[in-house]
Amino acid sequence: MLTGDAQKFYGLLFGIGFSTLLITQQMTIFVNLVERGASGVYNAPEAEVWVMDPVSRTTDVSYAMPGTALDRVRSVPGVEWAVPHLRAQANVRTKDGDLEGVAVIGVDDATLIGMPQRMATGDKSVLYAPDSVVIDDVGTTRLFSNGASAIGERLELNDQRAVIRGIADSIPSFTSTVVLYTRYSSALNFVPGTRNRLSFVLVGVSDGQTAQEVAARIEAETGLKAETREEFSQAGVDFIIENTGIPTNFGITVFLGFVVGIAIVGLTFSLFLRDNIKQFGALKAIGVTNAKIVQMVGAQAGMVGTIGYALGVIGTVAFIKGFSANPFFKGFYIPWQIPLISLLAVVIILAITGLIAIRSVLKTEPASVFR
Amino acid sequence: MQTTATEAGTPEAAICARNITRDFEAGQTTIRVLHGIDTEIRSGEMTYVVGESGSGKTTLISIMCGILWPTEGEVKVFGTDIYKLSDTELVKFRLQNIGFIFQQYNLIPSIDVAANAAVPLIAQGMPREEARERAKVLLDKLNIGNQADKLPRQLSGGQQQRVAIARALVHEPRLVVCDEPTAALDASSGRRVMDLLREVAVAPDRACIIVTHDNRIFDLADRIIVLEDGRITHDGKEMPDDH
Repeated sequence: MLTGDAQKFYGLLFGIGFSTLLITQQMTIFVNLVERGASGVYNAPEAEVWVMDPVSRTTDVSYAMPGTALDRVRSVPGVEWAVPHLRAQANVRTKDGDLEGVAVIGVDDATLIGMPQRMATGDKSVLYAPDSVVIDDVGTTRLFSNGASAIGERLELNDQRAVIRGIADSIPSFTSTVVLYTRYSSALNFVPGTRNRLSFVLVGVSDGQTAQEVAARIEAETGLKAETREEFSQAGVDFIIENTGIPTNFGITVFLGFVVGIAIVGLTFSLFLRDNIKQFGALKAIGVTNAKIVQMVGAQAGMVGTIGYALGVIGTVAFIKGFSANPFFKGFYIPWQIPLISLLAVVIILAITGLIAIRSVLKTEPASVFR
Repeated sequence: MQTTATEAGTPEAAICARNITRDFEAGQTTIRVLHGIDTEIRSGEMTYVVGESGSGKTTLISIMCGILWPTEGEVKVFGTDIYKLSDTELVKFRLQNIGFIFQQYNLIPSIDVAANAAVPLIAQGMPREEARERAKVLLDKLNIGNQADKLPRQLSGGQQQRVAIARALVHEPRLVVCDEPTAALDASSGRRVMDLLREVAVAPDRACIIVTHDNRIFDLADRIIVLEDGRITHDGKEMPDDH
């Protein structure tokens, strides 16, 4: 019946498709955005355990430790290797004369552990050159928005000369701040600070040990805070959720998507059933049971729901693909749980609206068909 | 629940209605639409129920075919006291024994003609394809077999009413109930539909009741029951002179 009424059919498709798109797209952006709270951890893939001052919370909210912390960590059994890691804020005067806040990350001088796994341009070894920095790929779009190549460019970094010699393929931070990677010793020069400068100690665990065991042992023996890669990345995500209005904002949008879906689908569904009430009455008079009618309406709702849902998900995929070149959307993906949540929302929308709408059909007296 | 035909009334009675009364609530007041109707509908006849709007004819056939409960009285259809059946049994009884033709056809717009005609068979549980094939045989008989794959909206009013006739007869019911079958048709189409209905719906073992006020087709009736203000005022082969 529903496919016979093009207006209502497309109205329902629009309602479900729009709701699915809104819910799926907003949840996808939300998840990817909050996951950026863990980008600092993801960008240092070798580290299995992160050691820090007990008050430190995330890669961006840390309290520096004395340099001796490194030796204390190295002495803990089960620690295969431990390297220093510095994270600090600095200012860069751009070629155009603008001021740009940047994050300076100092990685181990010898092994360069702490760098992102892949380079977009150049090789990690360029950091061994004097005054050398590697910029993250999203940062190049901020500092060199005119499309000029960043390689070889000189920066005035906290009143010191820095030369960009490579571009890292990294996950952008939550705030999309420009990130400059350099050796730990160079970072100490670029970023003047207090007596204690060591932000983190990155640890690899020995064979036969688990990261949890080693982290627990480090905490017990050094009094420092040690978290596994998974724990620390989750801490970054939790920090964003707890300290920003993002969950509320996205939550409201997702809720509105749900409400809009209920409103459009409910109204259209009710109109459709009301317009066909004579046909339903005729079926009931002929001897079609209420259960069969519910089955019929359910099958049609299921068909419309499936098509609308598919359109919404395809729309989200097209959106993410379409904007993949935009630095803000770099690395965005749709976690498999999100389409499932959208599907559940569509099922709930159809169930609520269908149940409300079909009551009128079930209440219809077969005799009404003669009136 | 089943009784013999003799118990139900005369041997050939398809419907035996006794003391049928029906009240409707309208706010604080109760309106009596039928006042103790007693009548029988016989198989092998085309019986017209005629009367002015509000005379109670639609209420009477609704009660006779088991879709509206009487306030008082008893209706036996082929010996079965239908209002003593449970809801489920009554729905099943209608599906097995009664075919309906409505004024506005009430075909399902999104399925083709053959599927529309096959609805009662599908509802009875017959496989869809088999039901369609049986419906197509009847559509051929009604001269619209070549329209079987079309949607109802692609057909004229007369053709749609033929599909409705096919739907009413496809499961070979023993009672056919028609509500103003010619009201939405022009004179010639209406006449053709009624000729056709007489040809295919009237059979020795089948009763056919038609509610109408279309005086152009009164000559096709075997029997005419006239209702006025919820009472039978005439029951005969022809219309009374004063109508």
